[in-house]
Amino acid sequence: MTPDLQDFQLDGGVGEAPAGGQARGTSQANHSIQAVLDALAPAFGIVPERGATGSGTRRRTWLDTFDWRLDRAGLALTYENARLGSRLLLTANTANTANTAKTGQDGTSQAEQPAAGWQPRRPALAEDLPEGPVRDRIEKLAAPRALLPVVTTSTTVSVNRLTNPDGKTVARLIVEASTVTHAGVTAKLPTRLTVAEVRGYPAQARRAARLLADAPGIVPATKTLLEEALSALRRHPADYTNSVDAEITAQMRAPVAVATLLLRLLDTLEQNVDGVIRDIDTEFLHDLRVSVRRTRSAIKLLGDVLPAGLAEQYGPEFKWLGDLTTPTRDLDVHLLGFPAMTEHLLAASPEDLEPFRVFLARRRAREFKALATALRAPRFRTLTEHWRKALVEVRDAATPPKRRQVRHLTAAELATTRTTRVFRKVAAQGGAITQDSAPQSLHDLRKRCKELRYLLEFFAPLYDPVAYKKVIGDLKQLQDCLGEFQDSEVQREEIRVLADAMLAERAAPAATLLAMGEIAAKLAEAQAEARADFSRRFARFAGPEGQQRVRTLLDEAGANTQ
Amino acid sequence: MKIYATYNIKGGVGKTTAAVNLAYLSAEQGHRTLLWDLDPQGAASFLFRIKPRVKGGGRALIRGTKTLDAAIKGTDFDDLDLLPADFTYRNMDLLLDDSDGKPTRRIAQLLRPLAGEYDHVFLDCPPSISLVSENVMHAADVLLVPIIPTTLSLRTLDQLTEFVAGFNGRRPEVRAFFSMADRRKKLHREIIQDLSSERAVVSPTVIPSLSVIERMSVERAPVTAFAPRTQAARAYRALWAELTAAEPARAGGHHARPVPASAVAS
Repeated sequence: MTPDLQDFQLDGGVGEAPAGGQARGTSQANHSIQAVLDALAPAFGIVPERGATGSGTRRRTWLDTFDWRLDRAGLALTYENARLGSRLLLTANTANTANTAKTGQDGTSQAEQPAAGWQPRRPALAEDLPEGPVRDRIEKLAAPRALLPVVTTSTTVSVNRLTNPDGKTVARLIVEASTVTHAGVTAKLPTRLTVAEVRGYPAQARRAARLLADAPGIVPATKTLLEEALSALRRHPADYTNSVDAEITAQMRAPVAVATLLLRLLDTLEQNVDGVIRDIDTEFLHDLRVSVRRTRSAIKLLGDVLPAGLAEQYGPEFKWLGDLTTPTRDLDVHLLGFPAMTEHLLAASPEDLEPFRVFLARRRAREFKALATALRAPRFRTLTEHWRKALVEVRDAATPPKRRQVRHLTAAELATTRTTRVFRKVAAQGGAITQDSAPQSLHDLRKRCKELRYLLEFFAPLYDPVAYKKVIGDLKQLQDCLGEFQDSEVQREEIRVLADAMLAERAAPAATLLAMGEIAAKLAEAQAEARADFSRRFARFAGPEGQQRVRTLLDEAGANTQ
Repeated sequence: MKIYATYNIKGGVGKTTAAVNLAYLSAEQGHRTLLWDLDPQGAASFLFRIKPRVKGGGRALIRGTKTLDAAIKGTDFDDLDLLPADFTYRNMDLLLDDSDGKPTRRIAQLLRPLAGEYDHVFLDCPPSISLVSENVMHAADVLLVPIIPTTLSLRTLDQLTEFVAGFNGRRPEVRAFFSMADRRKKLHREIIQDLSSERAVVSPTVIPSLSVIERMSVERAPVTAFAPRTQAARAYRALWAELTAAEPARAGGHHARPVPASAVAS
């Protein structure tokens, strides 16, 4: 393809049409198509190419995980249903419409496979897709998340030959008219035009593109069809993230900053509720729990700047919510790690563990039922509704009049004082840990580190990005080590408890218990390794150089408020 | 990449129509196909509405100052490309004789870099016995020889078969088929009947002499494309089926091929 060829679209807004009916504004679109043909007519003969490869009507559904893992990896997965059958297609997410229609080439990232008998109507785990190269490419990337239908478009593609005086096709004009339907409303998307080159005739394709570029009412297409479709639904790709990205500025009053932050966390929490209740995949619950943990830390560490009583009232409620989700998540962790666990068995065989897996799955089903019931119940709904109302009030409250000599605490001041305080705790607690310290001291340090991490993330917009990245990177290394240490211990303890429960239910063959013992031994080994690695990782984060890095980071953020 | 060449020492026996129609049928099945119009008269190029001109002429191609790849033109049909004729091809014998290396292997050598790009290549040869035809015979996997059902034509076929049998090393498979056959002529009928059974190299499929084939020059398209249900088109289809009977079909094929990526890629 000639590099300077580009996609065009007919200028004009997105229209609405009744569902199932013809999109309104069709006659206007026809009129514009006529303008396109008029622009090309002086240079080319224009012959509609009936039955051309790629022409006809097709429905396309974009699929991605809830957190847009494919899009973030630069990929777009579509399920397409057309006259010739259905298929799954993986392309680069920047690929722009049909200018490769005649060559069928689209870079190295492309893969496709037939998908007969499969429908993208409901979420599916990647492993449930039909077998083929597309599934192979995305399985690891998406796991353990499910693929959800993001948006569905219907596109009518027509192809016109552009011919020279001999009647030879020297380029093609591909016209794509698309609609997107959502909640019973059909929106018409801008008609896209692509000039496709015929091999050996690059100049003619460029000429056609130039004529289009100069024609009134035709503009370069800057968005992909997915972006257009989402834009019509007032959405955009990658519009969910679990990271804390509240819009906080250094000069913001501290209560407003904290309320803004907590509202953002509440948004994330609520975005995940439906996925948890529908049990779409395990990560909805994971993200919901992270939001709850972050909320609890924010209430604990920053809640005193909120109006009196708020932190005291809601702290225990969020603890209830966190506790409510723990049993299901713990069992999810066991089940997600199951394949890796069986791989590590030396003496026992994977089949020995099957009764354990069945037991875990049964328990998980029971715990999940209780969780889903609680999330549908009034207590949870009341909690989120009232919490939101209270936070909005704080955020939107008028700035109190400044009294002489009384200065309001700013977000940057709050960030630096609180982060300094928690960092000092981490440095002191970690520095006191020796080879002989009890495991509990590492567990306590892990909690402090989590609080520190959250504080840093809450106020990330106030810091220098490069310095911030370095500090977070070292902290993460330390947290991973502490996490491995504690999780190994907790899981080992859980296996013991589960073994007891299985025995009580007479669900534990001896071979299974032996295999479980082997896993417990493996966990003990992992814990010992993590313990041996602790001093090095702690020194890197909180040694003299690390302390200096954190001081510089916080000082610079503090200086912004002066 | 499998190379087919249509060849006969005589002109006007249906070489070009066979090359054009068989190349079209190959592409229709989804095989990436190239047709090289080696005849300076440029009949195949004309039938695809492509100007019989190559920048730098035959000299640039044979000497390698211009790659074949750069001279290829897309036809109006998916998966079918054409390397056009050029009037300078009339001097190709001299150019080949002048080239480095073995002068009888130059065309085979020039085609080699296209192996990854095409499944089938068709060489449409000018009528002659020359260095060009010898090159073509060395390059081809299958030598397709259209013969008019006359006694003289048969002698020529025998001579050709003998000539190829004398090659050292790799030899193309010779496949002859009756072309421009007129069932109303008794002699045609007799020769077709006798020879099809006598000689293994002669295909049982017969391309009849029909006016619709002549109309190709008016329509400027393969008869298999503009009149696919006619007897002529059916005959070419049968011939192609016979030639590819032993070849594994390309997955999908033209009509079963999925819609191109681009239309869904955005």
